[in-house]
Amino acid sequence: MSSKAVSGIEYTKVAEIKGPLIILDGVTRSAFDELVEITTPSGEHRLGRVLEVGGGKAVVQVFEGTTGLSIVGTKSRFLGRTMELPVSEGILGRIFDGLGRPLDGLPEPVGEEFRDVNGLPINPERRDYPTDFIQTGISVIDGMNTLVRGQKLPIFSGAGLPHNMLAAQIARQASVAGKGEEFAVVFAAIGVQHSESRFFRKSLEESGAIKRSALFLNLADDPAIERIITPRVALTAAEYLAFDKDMHVLVIITDMTNYAEALREISAAREEVPGRKGYPGYLYTDLASLYERAGRIKGKKGSITQMPILSMPSDDITHPIPDLTGYITEGQIVLGRDLFRKDIYPPVNVLSCLSRLMKDGIGEGRTREDHSNVSDQLYAGYARAQELRALAEIVGRAGLTGNDLKYLDFGEAFENRLLKQGYEESRSIEDTLSIAWDIFSTLPDKELTKIKQEYIAKYKPKK
Amino acid sequence: MSDKDSWKKKEIRGVENMAVKGKIVWISGPAVKASGMSEAKMYETVEVGEDKLVGEIIRLTGDVAFVQVYESTSGLRPGEPVYGTGRPLSVTLGPGMIGKIYDGLQRPLDELAKKSGAFISRGVTVPSISKEQKWHFKPTVKKGDEVSAGAILGTVKETGLIEHRVMVPPEHPGGKIVEAVDEGDYTVEEVVATVSKGGKKLDLTMYHQWPVRRGRPYAERYDPELPLMTGQRVIDTFFPIVKGGTAAIPGGFGTGKTVTLHQVAAWADAKVVFHVGCGERGNEMTEVLIKFPELEDPATGLPLMERTVLVANTSNMPVAAREASIYTGVTMAEYYRDMGYDVVLVADSTSRWAEALREISGRLEEMPAEEGYPSYLASRLAEFYERAGRMKSLGSPDRAGSVTLIGAVSPSGADFTEPVTTHTSRFIKTFWALDTKLAYSRHYPSINWITSYTGYADAVSGWWAKNVDKDWSKLRLEAFEVLQREDVLREIVRLLGPEALPSEEKLILDVARMVKEGFLQQSAFDKIDTYASPQKQVMQLRMLVDFYHEALAALRSGVSLDDIRAMNVITKIIRSKYEIPNNEMHRFDDLHKEMLEEFQSMRLKEAEAVVE
Repeated sequence: MSSKAVSGIEYTKVAEIKGPLIILDGVTRSAFDELVEITTPSGEHRLGRVLEVGGGKAVVQVFEGTTGLSIVGTKSRFLGRTMELPVSEGILGRIFDGLGRPLDGLPEPVGEEFRDVNGLPINPERRDYPTDFIQTGISVIDGMNTLVRGQKLPIFSGAGLPHNMLAAQIARQASVAGKGEEFAVVFAAIGVQHSESRFFRKSLEESGAIKRSALFLNLADDPAIERIITPRVALTAAEYLAFDKDMHVLVIITDMTNYAEALREISAAREEVPGRKGYPGYLYTDLASLYERAGRIKGKKGSITQMPILSMPSDDITHPIPDLTGYITEGQIVLGRDLFRKDIYPPVNVLSCLSRLMKDGIGEGRTREDHSNVSDQLYAGYARAQELRALAEIVGRAGLTGNDLKYLDFGEAFENRLLKQGYEESRSIEDTLSIAWDIFSTLPDKELTKIKQEYIAKYKPKK
Repeated sequence: MSDKDSWKKKEIRGVENMAVKGKIVWISGPAVKASGMSEAKMYETVEVGEDKLVGEIIRLTGDVAFVQVYESTSGLRPGEPVYGTGRPLSVTLGPGMIGKIYDGLQRPLDELAKKSGAFISRGVTVPSISKEQKWHFKPTVKKGDEVSAGAILGTVKETGLIEHRVMVPPEHPGGKIVEAVDEGDYTVEEVVATVSKGGKKLDLTMYHQWPVRRGRPYAERYDPELPLMTGQRVIDTFFPIVKGGTAAIPGGFGTGKTVTLHQVAAWADAKVVFHVGCGERGNEMTEVLIKFPELEDPATGLPLMERTVLVANTSNMPVAAREASIYTGVTMAEYYRDMGYDVVLVADSTSRWAEALREISGRLEEMPAEEGYPSYLASRLAEFYERAGRMKSLGSPDRAGSVTLIGAVSPSGADFTEPVTTHTSRFIKTFWALDTKLAYSRHYPSINWITSYTGYADAVSGWWAKNVDKDWSKLRLEAFEVLQREDVLREIVRLLGPEALPSEEKLILDVARMVKEGFLQQSAFDKIDTYASPQKQVMQLRMLVDFYHEALAALRSGVSLDDIRAMNVITKIIRSKYEIPNNEMHRFDDLHKEMLEEFQSMRLKEAEAVVE
C-alpha cells in the first residue's frame, strides 16, 4: 500500500478494543469504508477500515490485528479515502504481501493510477459472454468440464488432496488454440502455509511464467484480518491488467475457506446475528463481490478467468463455504478422497463437477462437433457404472449380467485411461476425445443413446 | 401526496418537491440512520448524501429514520443531508420497456453504461423509459367518450410482438374525453387525451407511475384453468402450471435451475416474459441478452427478445436493490397483465431476495426467527406469490390477463427443510423439485418425479382433452404409475439385486428407464429436443405406454425378456425426441407401426418355436 500524503484529523480517544476491532470515540469527521492509519503506542503503523460510523463513534477493523494496541496512546488518522492499490504493469514479476506492499525487497512499483480495492460491479449489459475454449491439457477438464476465458471455476478440495498440483498444472499448461495473446497470472495466497506458497512460486518459475505473474501473499502466520483485503487487492491488479492492458489474466486464489473464516471472526466481534454455522448472513453477497470480478467486457480484449481453491471442511460439499461458492461460480471441479486413495491423479470426482459455460465453448469450430455428445455419454456411462458398483458390493459381481458387467468395465477404463494422467502430461482435446471413443468401444452401440448415429459411424474406432 | 394520488403527474424518475430534509447520523453498510425526519413517511423514497443515492425508509423512531440505501454507501459521512421525495418507491410504466435490461430500481443498464462505462458507479440518474422517442399512437377512444380507470385510450406498436395498450391509470377518477389527439407520433410525455370530471380537466399521457410495493388493482380474479405450455415434457405433461399460477423451483447448485428457468422463459406461450435476476450471476443475464435476440418465437418467427424484459440485480450489485428488484419486476408484469396479456415472471432466485431481507433485518437489530431470517419472511413470500393470478382488468373494453410467477429457490446445502423452501412451498401450487443425484448423472431437467407436485393437473386436463388428445390424462397416469412402481422396485434391487425380480417387474424397470431417457430427459441444447409441442409430447407418451402394454402381452405369451430388450425399436423410441421434429408428427405413426410389427414378428417366432 502506498504511503500517500497523510491528511485528516488525528484521534486519540479509544472507547474499546475487542478482537480485530477498535472503537474510536469523539469522531467528528469520518466516512463509511474510509481507510484509517493507526499508530500503536510503540510507534508502529497499521491500517484499518471503518465498518460503522455514527454518534461520534467509529468501528474500525484493523487489518494487522489489534495486538499491542491500548486504550491510551493509540493514535488514529482518517485518510479521507478508501483502500486503494497503485496499479501499473510494473506489478508483473513482483511479490507483495496481503495488502499489496512489496515483499521482495524491491521498491514499490510506480503506480500509474490508484484504484479502490473494492472495485465496482460490471454492468451486466456490458459483459461479453465467455466462449473461448481454454485447453488445460487435462482430459477430465477439457473433455467434460471445459474451462473458457472469463469463467470462474473453483476447485473444491479437501485437506491433503492435490489441489495445488492441479491448479499449478492448469496455470502451466493453459492455452487457447491458435492465439498468441498476452497473458498474466495473478496469484493470491490467503492464509496458506509457506510450503504451499513456495510450491506455486517454484512452479511459476520453472515454467517461466513468473515474469508475467504478480503474487499477493498472506500466509498462515500473517494477520488473519488482512485476509479480507488480499483477494480484493489481487483482483484489483487483475482488473487493471485485463481491462486496461488487454491481457488474459488467470487468477488463482487459495484458500477461500481461510477468507470466510476471517469474515466470520469480524462478524462475531461485531456481535452480528449469524446465519449457518456462525458465518454471517451476508457471506453469499460478500463472496459474490469477489467471484463476480471475473469475466469479459464488450470492446475490451482482455479477460479475467478465476480459479479459486477452497478446502471443504470435513470434505462436506454442503458446508456453507462450498455451497455458497457453488451458487455463484460457473461450475466446480470437485476432488474426491476415494480416487486419491486409489492413486488416481487428478482425483476429480467427475459426477459432482460441472462447467456451466462449457456448452458455448465447445463443438464445431471450437473443439469438435461430437464433443458435447461424447461428454454426455461419458457422464451417463460413468454414473451407471458407479450405480452398478454400489450394487455389486451387495449382490456381488456374479449377481450382475450382460450389459451391467460391461458398464463395470467401462467404469474401470474411464478412471484408468481418461481420468488418470501425469502431472507433466498435457493432452490435446483430440487426444482426449479419442481416448473417450476407445472407452466407448467397451459398450455396444445400442447403449450409446446420447450420441448421434452419424458421430458413431464417423468416430467410433473400427475393430 | 397520498397513496391514492399515485397516478398524478410526476417527472420520470424525478423529484417534485423536497418534502423533508434530514441529516445522516449513522452508517453501516446499506443501512443508514438519519435524524430530523419526523415528517417522513414509512416506505418513502429518499435521496441520501451529497451524491443523492437512492434509499427507502424502512423504520421510523422519533425523528430518526432508518433508511436502506440501494447503492454502495462507501465514503458516505455522518452529517451529509437526506432529502425526502414525498413518494413511495415507484416504477414508470409506458411504452419502451420491452427488450430492455433494467437494474432493481428500473434504471436501464444500457443507459447507465452510456453514462458511467462498463462498471456501475453510483448516484447516476437516467430515465426508465425514453422521453425523446416518438411512438406511433392510434387512439381507440374519441371526444365525448366516457372513460374510467384502466380504460384503453389507444395503442402503440411497442415491438413486432407487442401491441402496447395505453391505459387510463388505475385509481384515476376518469371522466368524459374533451380532447383526444389524432393518430400520429408522440413522445410518452405528450398529452394524448384530456378528460373532464366535475369541471376539472385532467391530462393523460402514455405513461404513469405506480408504487412497487402495492399490487395494481383489477376488477375480478378468475380461477386459472388454461395451461401455460413450456415445451418441456416433464413440466407440461407431469407437473403442469397454469396461466396465472405459481410455481417454485428449488434446487441445490448445479442442478440446472438456471437452464430450466431460461427454457421456461424462452418457450412459455405467454405474451410477455419478465426475467428477474435477483442476486445471481452477471453472465446469466448476459447470456439471455445474447441468446434471446437469436431465438425465434415459435408462433411468429420474431426474436424472443421482442417480448422479454430483464431485471438484473446481480449478486455483486447493492443488496438492498436486490430486495426491491422482485417488486419492480412484478409491478411491470402486472401493468402488461392489465393490458389483457398473459405474462410470465421468473425470479432467480427468491433465496437471494430472502437473504437481502435477512441482511437488512440484521442491521436493524430485529429479533431473528429461523437461521437468522426475519419473522416476516413468510408473510413477504405470501404477499409476493399472491400477486399472481388471472384477472379481469379495469375499464373498457372487457379483457383478462394473467401473471404467472415462477420463483427459483436456492436452498443452502440442497436441504429442502430450510426456511425459504419450506415457507415458499406453502404459497405455491406447483413444486418442481430439482434433484442433485439426477443432475450428477446428467439427467436434465433434473426435476424429481417423486418429490415434485402440481395442484393444476385436474384443471388443465380439460384443455388437453379438447385441444390435443382425449387420452392425455389416462396416458399420463399410466406412465406415472410405471415410474412410481419403479421407485419401489429399485429399493428391492438395491437390497437383493435385479435377478430377484420376476420378469414382469424387470420389464417395469426397463420401461421406466425408457420413460426417463426418452421422455423426462430433455436437452436444452439440442435444436429439436429443446422444445416439444403438446402433440409431440402426447405422441411420445403414447409410444412408451403402448410399448409397455405390448411388451407385457408379449412376455405373457412366452416371449423372453432378453428378446424384448434386444428389440431395435427401443433405441429408436428413445432417440425420437431429437430425431423427429415438431412438424413431422406422421413419423411417430410410422414408428408406432414399426414397433407393432417388431412385436408381431417376435410373437410369431415364439409361436413357431412352440409348434416345432
